[in-house]
Amino acid sequence: MTLHTLSIGELSARMARKELSSAELTRYFLARIERLNPALNAMITLTAEQAVQAAQAADQRRAAGEQGQLLGIPLIHKDIFCTDGVRTSCGSRMLDNFIAPYDATVVARLKAAGAVMLGKSNMDEFAMGSSNETSYYGPVKNPWDTAKVPGGSSGGSAAAAAARLAAFTTGTDTGGSIRQPAALTGVTGVKPTYGRVSRYGMVAFASSLDQAGVFARTAADAAIVLQAMAGFDPKDSTSIDAPVPDYPATLDAPLSGVKIGLLREFFEGLEARNSALIHDALKIYRSLGAETVEVSLPHLPLSVPTYYVVAPAECSSNLSRFDGVRFGYRCENPKDLLDLYKRSRGEGFGPEVKRRIMTGTYVLSAGYFDAYYLKAQKVRRLITDDFRAAFHKVDLLIGPTTPTPAFAIGAKVDDPITMYLNDIYTIGANLAGLPGLSLPCGFVEDLPMGLQLIGPHFSEAKLLNAAHRFQQATDWHSRSPRGYE
Amino acid sequence: MADWEVVIGLEIHAQLATQSKIFSGSPTAYGAPPNTQASLVDLAYPGVLPVLNAEAVRMAVKFGLSIGAEVARRSVFARKNYFYPDLPKGYQISQYELPVVKQGKLAVMLDDGTVKIIGITRAHLEEDAGKSLHEGLAHASGIDLNRAGTPLLEIVSEPDMRSAKEAVAYMKKIHTLVRYLEICDGNMQEGSFRCDANVSMRPRGREKFGTRAEIKNLNSFRFVEKAIHYEVARQVELLESGGSVVQETRLYDSDKDETRSMRSKEEANDYRYFPDPDLLPVQIDESFIDAVRATLPELPDDKAARFARDFGLSAYDAGVLSASRELGAYFEAVLNELGAAHAKLAANWVMGDLSSALNRDNVDIAVSRVTPPYLSGLLLRIVDQTISGKIAKDVFEAMWSEGRPADAIIEAKGLKQITDSGAIEAVIDAVMAANPKQLADYRSGKDKLFGFFVGQVMKATEGKANPAQLNELLKRKLGGGA
Repeated sequence: MTLHTLSIGELSARMARKELSSAELTRYFLARIERLNPALNAMITLTAEQAVQAAQAADQRRAAGEQGQLLGIPLIHKDIFCTDGVRTSCGSRMLDNFIAPYDATVVARLKAAGAVMLGKSNMDEFAMGSSNETSYYGPVKNPWDTAKVPGGSSGGSAAAAAARLAAFTTGTDTGGSIRQPAALTGVTGVKPTYGRVSRYGMVAFASSLDQAGVFARTAADAAIVLQAMAGFDPKDSTSIDAPVPDYPATLDAPLSGVKIGLLREFFEGLEARNSALIHDALKIYRSLGAETVEVSLPHLPLSVPTYYVVAPAECSSNLSRFDGVRFGYRCENPKDLLDLYKRSRGEGFGPEVKRRIMTGTYVLSAGYFDAYYLKAQKVRRLITDDFRAAFHKVDLLIGPTTPTPAFAIGAKVDDPITMYLNDIYTIGANLAGLPGLSLPCGFVEDLPMGLQLIGPHFSEAKLLNAAHRFQQATDWHSRSPRGYE
Repeated sequence: MADWEVVIGLEIHAQLATQSKIFSGSPTAYGAPPNTQASLVDLAYPGVLPVLNAEAVRMAVKFGLSIGAEVARRSVFARKNYFYPDLPKGYQISQYELPVVKQGKLAVMLDDGTVKIIGITRAHLEEDAGKSLHEGLAHASGIDLNRAGTPLLEIVSEPDMRSAKEAVAYMKKIHTLVRYLEICDGNMQEGSFRCDANVSMRPRGREKFGTRAEIKNLNSFRFVEKAIHYEVARQVELLESGGSVVQETRLYDSDKDETRSMRSKEEANDYRYFPDPDLLPVQIDESFIDAVRATLPELPDDKAARFARDFGLSAYDAGVLSASRELGAYFEAVLNELGAAHAKLAANWVMGDLSSALNRDNVDIAVSRVTPPYLSGLLLRIVDQTISGKIAKDVFEAMWSEGRPADAIIEAKGLKQITDSGAIEAVIDAVMAANPKQLADYRSGKDKLFGFFVGQVMKATEGKANPAQLNELLKRKLGGGA
């Protein structure tokens, strides 16, 4: 039985035909996790018992006549989403003991659709990292080569999707944390428009950049999942009250006449083999009727420094609530209030989180605010304007998702700047609040590479359509790492 | 010794009378058991987000319109970052660079009757913190987060006040105003209305301000006055002994009647304000402002001006009677029955006997046993001369304690004034007959004895003889008239 290679549509059709129950499917994936996860360390918490119960409930709903593409479909949530009654660690010692008392909106919506949570995936601590090496629970291994990183911060969800430990997984993307690991693990990852999916119940890293999304085998599967996740949430003031289009309905739309912009800045200094893969992809798009033109976003090279001011600034404030007073880690025998704060935070947070809190505190400090935070916000505006101008000329932008394929575990941990530069192609979309998608487009040194599509605000349907048509014409997305076929 | 001038600015915190908190749905009622009115949002659980309570914005706009201020079409919430156990998020959501209300002013009447205009720099929305509890807990501190997230309007004045009395007059005026607008219950014991005072000294005539000290958390008018007096004396003493005032935050200790240093400027927090990315800028359009404007009540100054103009009251009386909406409404209800022609009489009674009784027994005017119809019923009996003003005071006390209308009391106690000239004359005749010596003395020029005869007649009639009639008749009779 190879249920893990089936699409969400196929699985749900089998359940509709009563050839398969959600309980069977759930047990199948739980067994797969048990067998394959030890080599990957993709999971922080398994919720096998609750999963089987949820699967049985889904089967009853189907028996009662309910339909629904996600009804009974197993998934894994990134451990950044609060899950009622289940530990929500955010990859940190700080929240190792934290049982969330409520469901994040994303969790609640997928639950309502009948999707079955198998457990929570490993991640960089508080989503701060590009390699999944900052997790309190240890690094995640890339299924394509367990000596390599899966990317981050949603490395566990990416590795789990690549190893087919669930039908799909969720993630969050603040500077590339869905698209970059999707690229490095050869899966399809979607970061929606800022405001498209509710942030309520997602442990905040950088509030103006964080956005929840999905990892799936295909754009078609991602479309089904995003359909359930997206939509206005009155509990999130930054979520946008606009109707959600029918994403699966437009997957097959023709691409003739679609203008695709080649991001010149993304190719400067890009290795020839990577560049060749992107140009191969462009050929396919042209064969599908799309027009390709080169466009320039002059301020885009400023993305990384801009991001590393804005994101730490917000995180330094967002993480102040972890003070050892009400929940989470508290140091032993604090002698006074200051000691409680200092040791709880000192012992509860890892080094990368501390680095960012310190950077953020610095850039917001009196005397530095204008030179850093304010300046970064101005550059952010310029980058956003660049994108806006580009989208007057083209429908979509295209480029590589990452500069290189997956790198070795431990290779960049001592050099944060090099590590940060891994997100050089993904950060722009976060700063501008744009939707982005990464899909497999070939291999370099037997490691998958990702093609990135970026569209105007609320163009998810177009991105999924373009990705789906590419996947109809190629088979990169159906390749599996050895041992996980 | 130099001639010093004090410069005072106030930051008033008015708790807005919304049903729920400013960024969560938790109730704001005072006095619930600790932490029973704190939701996950108030507790700053991981992943929760603030959602702005539109009612708080409406109330802030209402205040802005009432002081002729500019209502910002776009205002921004910012995070004020600092660590404290009763501040769950590690930051307070406030407004910093772009407040919702900018540049208004308020006219304040001083003791000598002059009116001074106090500038209001801004008023902004923010959330209150929780409370740390240190009493009754051994080796521990308790935290009550019921108050965390309660909406506050911080009203910041210009440094326009030049005495403790001016500061108190301004604070009282704001207190009157927020209760008029029904945006704050004004309860100072419960902390719904409190202020910080910025106090500095400068030689009189000098333009430049001196270094200021900020006195925190003053929760009564008396404390504001006393704290400023103490601070003025402290700063003058420092300056005259060659020292200098340090910029610092001080705490007023009402038990010891002194201010003490809390932290100096050097120790002050760097709050690292930045716009809160969880909240969108607040956009306010004309139609919203117009809708709020339509809900504005008659404001205290307008009411006072109308009372003075329409009823011929003095500025002082008009000011007192418009100091609260309830008092003004009571007064007008009395006039409804009594007629505007007797406004002065009504004003005297409302400000006099009624107010004293309310104060004495600590009764809210809204639940006074002497209702406006009762009081007007009493005053009508003065007007139609059924009773004298003096008797009326006794009737009032009886109404106050028995809760019965004036006529019933006058009837039951037989207090009706004697206005029958024949009856009064008969008493006068009897009194004259009984006091031949005094009569003779009077007639030989001892005018002062007139009062003696008034007293005797009043005594004989138990005070019920109509005083004006009595005067007239007595004068004629004593003078030997018929």
